Amino acid sequence: MTTDIVFETQDLHVSAPQQDGSVIPIVKGVDFQVPRGKVVALIGESGSGKTTISLSSLGYCKPGLAFSGGQARLLGEDLCSQTNEDLRSIRGNKVAYLAQSAAATFNPAMTINEQVIESVVSRGLMTRESADARALELYQALDLPNPDSIGARYPHQVSGGQLQRLMAAMALCGKPALLVLDEPTTALDVTTQIEVLMAFKKVIREEGTAAIYVSHDLAVVAQIADYVVVLRDGEVKERGPTAAIINHPRHPYTKRLMAAASPWSAETLSRIDTEDVTHRTTVAEAVNVSAGYGITWNGAPRFKALESIDMTIRKGSTVGVIGESGSGKSTLARVVAGLLPPFDGDLLLDGRQLEPSYRRRTRHELQRIQFVYQMADTALNPRQTVGDIIGRPLEFYLGLKGKEKRARVDELLTLVDLSPEFASRHPDALSGGQKQRVNLARSLAAEPEVLLCDEVTSALDTIVAGNVIELLQRLQKDIGVSIVFISHDLSTVASFADEIVVMNQGKIVERGPTKQILSDPQHSYTQLLISSVPEMRQGWLEDTLASRGSQ
Amino acid sequence: MFTLILKRMAIGFVTICAVSIIIFLGTKVLPGDAAQIRLGQEATPENLAALRERLGLDLPMWQQYWNWLNAFVHGDLGKSLAGDAPVNELIADRYKNTLIVSVLTAAVGVPISLILGITAAMFPGSSYDRVLTLVTVSLVAAPEFFTATLLVLIFVFWLGIGNAVVIGSIDGKSFWELIQHFALPIGVMCLIVASQLIRMTRAAVLNVMSSPYIEMAILKGLSRQRIILRHAVPNAVGPIVNIIALNLAYLVTGVIVVEIFFAYSGLATLIVQGVQTRDFVVVQAVGMLFCAAYVVLMLIADIAAILSNPRLRHPK
Amino acid sequence: MNSTPHQPASYMDEHFVAPAAEDELFEELQDSPPKRKFRLSPAGKIGVSIVAFWLLIALFGPFLAPYGENDLPFPDDYSEFQAPRPGAWLGTDFSDRDILSRLMFGASRTIGISIFATLLAYMVGVALGIGAAVSGPRVDMVLSRINDAFLSLPTIMLGLVVVAAVGSSIPILIVTAGLVYATVVYRLARAIGVEIMVMDFVEAARLRGENTFWLVWREIWPNAAMPLISDFGLRLIYVILFISSLSFLGLGVQPPRADWGSMVRENLGAFQSYGGSVIPVVAPAVAIATLTIAINLIVDDISAFSGGKLSGRI
Repeated sequence: MTTDIVFETQDLHVSAPQQDGSVIPIVKGVDFQVPRGKVVALIGESGSGKTTISLSSLGYCKPGLAFSGGQARLLGEDLCSQTNEDLRSIRGNKVAYLAQSAAATFNPAMTINEQVIESVVSRGLMTRESADARALELYQALDLPNPDSIGARYPHQVSGGQLQRLMAAMALCGKPALLVLDEPTTALDVTTQIEVLMAFKKVIREEGTAAIYVSHDLAVVAQIADYVVVLRDGEVKERGPTAAIINHPRHPYTKRLMAAASPWSAETLSRIDTEDVTHRTTVAEAVNVSAGYGITWNGAPRFKALESIDMTIRKGSTVGVIGESGSGKSTLARVVAGLLPPFDGDLLLDGRQLEPSYRRRTRHELQRIQFVYQMADTALNPRQTVGDIIGRPLEFYLGLKGKEKRARVDELLTLVDLSPEFASRHPDALSGGQKQRVNLARSLAAEPEVLLCDEVTSALDTIVAGNVIELLQRLQKDIGVSIVFISHDLSTVASFADEIVVMNQGKIVERGPTKQILSDPQHSYTQLLISSVPEMRQGWLEDTLASRGSQ
Repeated sequence: MFTLILKRMAIGFVTICAVSIIIFLGTKVLPGDAAQIRLGQEATPENLAALRERLGLDLPMWQQYWNWLNAFVHGDLGKSLAGDAPVNELIADRYKNTLIVSVLTAAVGVPISLILGITAAMFPGSSYDRVLTLVTVSLVAAPEFFTATLLVLIFVFWLGIGNAVVIGSIDGKSFWELIQHFALPIGVMCLIVASQLIRMTRAAVLNVMSSPYIEMAILKGLSRQRIILRHAVPNAVGPIVNIIALNLAYLVTGVIVVEIFFAYSGLATLIVQGVQTRDFVVVQAVGMLFCAAYVVLMLIADIAAILSNPRLRHPK
Repeated sequence: MNSTPHQPASYMDEHFVAPAAEDELFEELQDSPPKRKFRLSPAGKIGVSIVAFWLLIALFGPFLAPYGENDLPFPDDYSEFQAPRPGAWLGTDFSDRDILSRLMFGASRTIGISIFATLLAYMVGVALGIGAAVSGPRVDMVLSRINDAFLSLPTIMLGLVVVAAVGSSIPILIVTAGLVYATVVYRLARAIGVEIMVMDFVEAARLRGENTFWLVWREIWPNAAMPLISDFGLRLIYVILFISSLSFLGLGVQPPRADWGSMVRENLGAFQSYGGSVIPVVAPAVAIATLTIAINLIVDDISAFSGGKLSGRI
């Protein structure tokens, strides 16, 4: 046994025992090692078992799961067979865990500092004074603002990005040999992610700790990991040094994953050959639109979500609306759809004034602008069959009935790459990607001119999202529908929008043809946003921060 | 947070007003008024009108309501229609019994229930937990007088302790003597409170125990004791206080049934007699007392929930 | 250790690739669990058989009862609280009537009143609750505040006030219990309605231009029906307890008619007349308890099936 290996799994099996005595395997024989001081990334989509595997390093299984074979050895000791008492002395001491949502994992009733140091202090590993000093050192190392006073706050009093870093301090306080990070930046905006990522990388290097980094995002992993393990359905598909995996992926699944991620890189730009669409006729338009929530006496909203927005939607082309959370991008879609009537400005359809509220729009106007929801789970009525769901707009707008309607439903299903037999299913018998396709088919059934797509791919796994984007592109070519594609993900938008609108804090900061925006951003926010999207190459993080620092 | 509590108290005040209107109007819809009931056979149009004027029944409805409420707030609960006795006097004889049983129930039942509920939550799925769940579920679903019957059968008829009715005066009795005196009513009430309280406490603690920060505490390697005392309990206190107040409010129904069952006189027997004899002055007065107690307990429940929320206690 | 300096310290430095066919498709994994079938637990089965037993008694009891509810089985041998004996298998009550017969008559009254009252509570509560959820904030606000005022009274107090005002008869009992519990059903139906109203599929239907009728019947009702129906059992328990308590207080079903709650009350004297049978008190109390506990056993199975969400809503 070599002590150079901090953690390793050997033919690890985890399964979910069912009430009727049967067993559903979750992890099916996984082998990997974490060498001392190295970062190993576990990459996979939902259901790949990546979180379950990472938790085995703490000897922990989520409720409802159990170890069912193999070993998980931390510093040579197998954790699968240990008692809770033995594990207690290891957890927080030799191995520490960092969860995806810091907001939920901090106890709301205790101050941050108390939670950061309690693991070491309550076990007498450090005195309170030395633990406080250690915490302060970590706050500074993690570039937290006001490191002297931030620990005295309660978790809800600091921002999400800060809380995520504070959780890292909590994990590192006991100087663990192994750190487990479970999607630690997934819930963050890209401009925040880059800072947190850098803070993590720096502190891991300084502490010399080994780490398991769980993520679905290969580009992020490329920045921080030494080794990558590609997982699918509880099995290792590919494994090796990061450079080998991202530069020469060999397993077809890894290749597929990389292709679907449409990662951002300098060469992406050269591949974009968007046709100039500015000469095309305008279908719909927002002119100087302002909107918000909470009505005051003079009709102006208390919280302004949108200010003086101008947007043009051209025939058969795609406008990509990009922005971070709170930028007002989704509000914009709701305003165009009439769900949130603006308090100022005009909405035009074919040059004619459109009623602000959908309630007062004509059926024909409603038909021409269709809204596609982000969460297909809640956008489809679980008590209706797919046939009913797609058939209703056909009946409602086009007056189709009986055989005609059924034939059209079949056509639409085929259009979104589903077989016609799906018509008799209920939504709960569909996968996430299939639901999103039905969601899309329902909107297409109305034969609209404008599709408002609100983050339609963000709830989907990488490969499935890639397929949905491909489908949208093909549909636009075939039907000539105009698309407003709203997303927080620049690389997705860049891959198929003709024009891009960049939003920040309720305002449009920059707009123009995709290629122009990406290659020559004028506004500083656009520049920040574009430079924050991780590229799939090692060293990008350092290069970016170095170039920012030199400016 | 302060404004939230003020807001909740304002809502409580409005609720009590609304409740008083419901009770006042509820007893006004019946045909025949106090004057008719009092005079009965002797009613002539002249003396009816005279009595109505004296009782203020000729005034508009809102003014009658205002007079009634005004008197109530100043401690004058009106005169009983049967026998002309002031309601204050009727209550003076009886409120002690009701109060003693309720307070003793709270003093005995609440701590025991909390301990049982919390321990059940600490060992979910154990045979202890399952037996406790079975018993409490059955008690919740069974009527109060079934529980009373059960206790009487066990203690009076089987073990030969105590009496199926509560008789005798409470004057000059010490705390322990009072507990003995009311042993069976308190026992029944405790069971009624406990059945709900144990279930709800268990659910509240389990809810906290399944939160991500408890999982985090486990993964931080903290001791079981520390997880429960430092992480779970502080977050469960609010919900538990809320649950206690709620359940004490539910006792209103229990106390009525228990007083009738054990045939001792208290406020509940008074209101039931009032309903039977259609003495709506008594019904109004006692009903209002019960409802006010109920509303105040509900208020405490909500304020406890607000106070225990760290997000509200430590604003940004 | 048999590793030489030239070998990598860890096999992680090797590029491992799992065997795979080049044309593998990587179908998306189905993310929904297989549908569970509703199955009664052993306790639930006991519950169903007890409830079925009492429903049969409620339906046919009055026809099968050996005596009329006010007949004396032994007119020649008058004595209160007689112990069970041939001809009166559960003994006699305080005025020497047959307990078994009164229990059977009482079953149809207690259960009948409760079921009708619960149905009324559902009709009123669901109509207003879903209505409030659909009608927008103003109507919702007004209805909910009024409802809150009624909910802030203990149910038994509401019952007492109504009986004090208009007296007691079976139709009044049904209406009173129905309206008192309509407040609770209203709150549940409104909560479920509001929860569904904010779902994207409802917004999608509104955005399509559908009218309120379609929204309620095709989008909301099909989703609200299951949780509401599975709550029916729990509501029925509370209504049975409410009716029995009122009867026990002497304010519900009036003598000489038999009803389980009033039977307990009128025979309480059995606890004082030593030597007499206690069955007249115990039998109706046990009857109610077995019925409500049995319903509860079924409710537990249903709520375990529907994810235990129901109890969290109330």
